[in-house]
Amino acid sequence: MKPASLLRWESMLAAVLVIEFVLFSTISPYFLSVDTLSDATFNFTERAIVALPLALLIIAGEIDISVAAIIALASVAMGLGAAQGLGTASVAGIGLGTGLLAGCVNGALVTLGRVPAIVATIGTMTLFRGAAYAVLGDRVLKDYPDSFAAFGQGYLIGPVSNELALFIVFALLFGVFLHKTRWGRAIFAIGANPVASRFAGLPVNRYRFALFALTGLFSGLAAVLLTSRLGSTRPSIAQGWELEIISMVILGGVSVWGGKGSIAGVVLAALVFGLVTFGLGLMNIPGIVMSIFTGLLLILVVAVPALVNRR
Amino acid sequence: MNIPRFRIPDHARRDAAFAVLTLALFGAVTFTFPGFASPRNLAGLLDDTAILIMLAMGQMLVILVRGIDLSIAANLALCGMLAAMFSRAWPEAGVAPVLALTLVVGGLLGACNGILVWKLRLPPIVVTLGTMSVYRGAIFLLSKGAWVNENEMSRDFLAFPRREFLGLSLLAWIALAVAAAFIVALRRARVARDLYAAGGNPEAASYSGIDPGRMQFIAYTLCGALAGVCGYLWVARFAVAYTDIALGFELSVIAACLIGGVAIAGGVGSAVGVLLGCLFIGIIRSSLPLVGISAFWQMFINGVVILAAVLLSARQRDFKRTILESLA
Repeated sequence: MKPASLLRWESMLAAVLVIEFVLFSTISPYFLSVDTLSDATFNFTERAIVALPLALLIIAGEIDISVAAIIALASVAMGLGAAQGLGTASVAGIGLGTGLLAGCVNGALVTLGRVPAIVATIGTMTLFRGAAYAVLGDRVLKDYPDSFAAFGQGYLIGPVSNELALFIVFALLFGVFLHKTRWGRAIFAIGANPVASRFAGLPVNRYRFALFALTGLFSGLAAVLLTSRLGSTRPSIAQGWELEIISMVILGGVSVWGGKGSIAGVVLAALVFGLVTFGLGLMNIPGIVMSIFTGLLLILVVAVPALVNRR
Repeated sequence: MNIPRFRIPDHARRDAAFAVLTLALFGAVTFTFPGFASPRNLAGLLDDTAILIMLAMGQMLVILVRGIDLSIAANLALCGMLAAMFSRAWPEAGVAPVLALTLVVGGLLGACNGILVWKLRLPPIVVTLGTMSVYRGAIFLLSKGAWVNENEMSRDFLAFPRREFLGLSLLAWIALAVAAAFIVALRRARVARDLYAAGGNPEAASYSGIDPGRMQFIAYTLCGALAGVCGYLWVARFAVAYTDIALGFELSVIAACLIGGVAIAGGVGSAVGVLLGCLFIGIIRSSLPLVGISAFWQMFINGVVILAAVLLSARQRDFKRTILESLA
């Protein structure tokens, strides 16, 4: 790890953030109000909550592209539970449980099945999203209890939404976990060199399994928040989010080759990302055009370090 | 190690086993629904599977050199939209310029992936995930979100893939020709042997004068060119073009490759296996309505197929490659 270059990357992100603020506040006079900014946070909180554990997973040299499909599967499971008349707590529990279970499936495939993470999660992405379509078809589930809306639509204090508060708390927890604990050091070690880590006595596969399970659990949490905010479930829910979540992580300076990255970077990237989405929305640019931007950004962010390193 | 001499017998055995499995599936479906084996139905099955076959051949090349192309369906859709808009603008132009246009544009889109993977050594999954959404978004910009409908396409444009020879559509014939060309070329052509070598052991390949990065570039470009032409064929066959055509189809293509015995670790796979993989998926897909299962199950079944295939091949080859690893 090179702290100096990481620091530069993060200060670059901070600079981009400032530029965005200036740009959008000149474009729209309504941008710099507490209400607008509070609304803007909904553009990234759910995705950013998944980006945190995914950052750990990518630092450990793995990847999970099934996260959006897990959100869909968990949302469908919650919708079915709600249709049975279950209460808010049980519905949320189903969402978290489904996510955790799905994450364990990924973890088991990679550790026990010895399948490379990319194919394993391409497979489960198809499987989970496929299950959502198979169960729901073209139906919509929306029999959620009234109090269920609190997760994604409620506010903790003033303009701070529950989602934002959750994200801040988890960002702090993940930051401390990754950068201050021995487990965090182990994750960096595994990403940098899994074989050496194994020889050094680290239970590499146990870490991998736990990280996949954690990513699944947080995808379940994102499903609870998203479903609660939308109030309905379709099988196409969170379609394409894997791209945006992975982009957030990579934009945050996490190396796709594993072994490098910081939670601060991912948090900054989430803010940059959310503001861009919001700003483009202000300019009436449709979501699909936004996806061109996301795609280019993703490639650029991995290409720039590669270009620099070539010299 | 002499790759052809050691690998082909293994592969022939695997392909034969899989052929038996595919035949058994076919037999089981025919046994339950005797009409399934009628020549008319089989011609329809081949017509339905034709585009999958061509795409899977291209995808196989990419996986052989340790890559993956998630942008293949977006490439198809973009070229399909281009073809439809071309036909709308120049209805008298005929089919040849459309084919040339889609071949070139598709090839260029594939080359974009290839150059990023080759020259910058970026992980294929990240590159093609990115280009996938760029290409998809480009369709929207190009078409402004509007559809191109049947009545806006010229008659020749629509009729080309549907022309019938000897009971089969031209689309099916094209797919069979592509498959045959791949089967022969992968065994005989030097560039194909280089592809296998570059995927099987990039380091050894580069010592023997093969640039593994260049082989990746070639694989992505060929894959893109095939996807481009398939874009036109898709749009002509379904007689409509819009932003979301073939959305998620890359997963069917990857499923067909993996079940056809193409190893994700690179260097292993045969065109016969991939052809069988496509037919296997085609048989399942066309028998779903007969069994009374809704088409919404297709994706789930693809997922089961992918996982079964990768679990089996992971057991066969007891070595694991981290996915974010690139060519050294």
